[in-house]
Amino acid sequence: MQITNHSRRILLPVRMSWVRFTLLIALTLDFIPQPPFPGVPDFTALALAFWCVREPLRIGMGAGFVFGLLVDIGHGSAMGQHALAYVLLAYAAAGASRRLLWFPPAAQALQMAPLFLMTQVVMLIVRLLAGADFPGWAYFLTTVSTSLLWLPIHFLLLLPQMQPEERDENRPL
Amino acid sequence: MSVSGHQPPPFFKRGLPPTARLTLYLLVALALLVADLRYRYLETVRQGLSVLTYPLQIVAETPAEWTRHTFNYFSSLSTLRQENERLREQALSDSKRLLRQESLETENNQMRELLGMHERVGVHSTAAEIIYTARDPFARRVIIDRGQRDGIEAGLPVIDGAGVVGQVTRIFPLQAEVTLLTDRDQAVPVKVVRNGLRAIMFGAGGGQLELRYLAANADVEPGDTIVTSGLDGVYVPDLPVAKVTKVDRDDARGFARFICKPAAGIERSGAVLVLSRQEAPPPRPAELPPTAVTPAKPSRARSVGGR
Repeated sequence: MQITNHSRRILLPVRMSWVRFTLLIALTLDFIPQPPFPGVPDFTALALAFWCVREPLRIGMGAGFVFGLLVDIGHGSAMGQHALAYVLLAYAAAGASRRLLWFPPAAQALQMAPLFLMTQVVMLIVRLLAGADFPGWAYFLTTVSTSLLWLPIHFLLLLPQMQPEERDENRPL
Repeated sequence: MSVSGHQPPPFFKRGLPPTARLTLYLLVALALLVADLRYRYLETVRQGLSVLTYPLQIVAETPAEWTRHTFNYFSSLSTLRQENERLREQALSDSKRLLRQESLETENNQMRELLGMHERVGVHSTAAEIIYTARDPFARRVIIDRGQRDGIEAGLPVIDGAGVVGQVTRIFPLQAEVTLLTDRDQAVPVKVVRNGLRAIMFGAGGGQLELRYLAANADVEPGDTIVTSGLDGVYVPDLPVAKVTKVDRDDARGFARFICKPAAGIERSGAVLVLSRQEAPPPRPAELPPTAVTPAKPSRARSVGGR
């Protein structure tokens, strides 16, 4: 079942507590130390972009700014580096929201990839201007892994909204 | 249906338009970036706000730590035995040298006393372990498992068995962040062992180091050993830093490029020592304004005191 505007499925309204909880979980996943391979997905950007597409009136640039700052502090990167990139990401995702929601999840993932790439390029430009080293082309693998994660995330984050209004023992979802 | 389908009509109060909000947020973010990268104003803010992220970081690190401990626990007996053997041999060869060094040190102190020189500053050391590399892909930094609780302070030098590894740049309650020598922003005052030539060593990227601001005809050759000069009051003098591997003298430019290879195993993780001085270095002499001459000083001091 595709959960898009195209499908006939009616979802329950989202609970803001769930949105905040998922964003915090994503932030925690971003703090896992020492990635053993390049291209670790940017979980916070993913969750943020997802909710910006899904709920553009409730989650937006403010959340992007705050969570960006938290990532900056946790990673020890320059203050405002992730905040800048996430604000741009939130703006672009909210703008694309109406169009994106008519596509099936795979097509959405494909259209989100340029946005994630933009997030990374913004951070790269900021740090290169500040005199840092180029981290190598493997840096851009993060875009690929983040976009690929859009599919499972699309299902996982919408699970609470897919509960039936009356609980049916024979149909848990 | 998405909520975006139920937007209120535009004549309702909706706050700033999205583009204006975007501009505002971007301006704030850029201001933060400049304040942090250019002026380094935000370290206290960062320390304060890290109270918010610290619990999450602990939660995220705990599983990683468990895996590390389990891995250590199950590391095979033969590896441990080999390592034990190697360490024992090393300890034996070191002890011979240590015995000699002790007598040499006393002799050195006596001679310095005879010459009327100050004694060398004693050094405290704290053993630590590099637990992981920092997440920021643009900088060369690692995290060690000693922090504020163990008396680590920002600015202390970090060494391993072979030489200088880097410098503590940020401290957390239980951990500290060490910027490696190979980071582009990391500078160490050094001297060439062979002739005592002073210079400054910078990270050059790609795991290499570079001597900067030396004249093109400076007497540095491939194979020269570079040690810390200790002039900065931070690094203890005479710690090995690097070996010169390549000298590129280009007549067209005023400076030559001196590429060096770090002496310590910088990109490997393992046990390190954090050094701290037993007593504070002597205070820097107050900087005099260039026009101040000796007779003018007492009158100024009096006027300051009278105010």
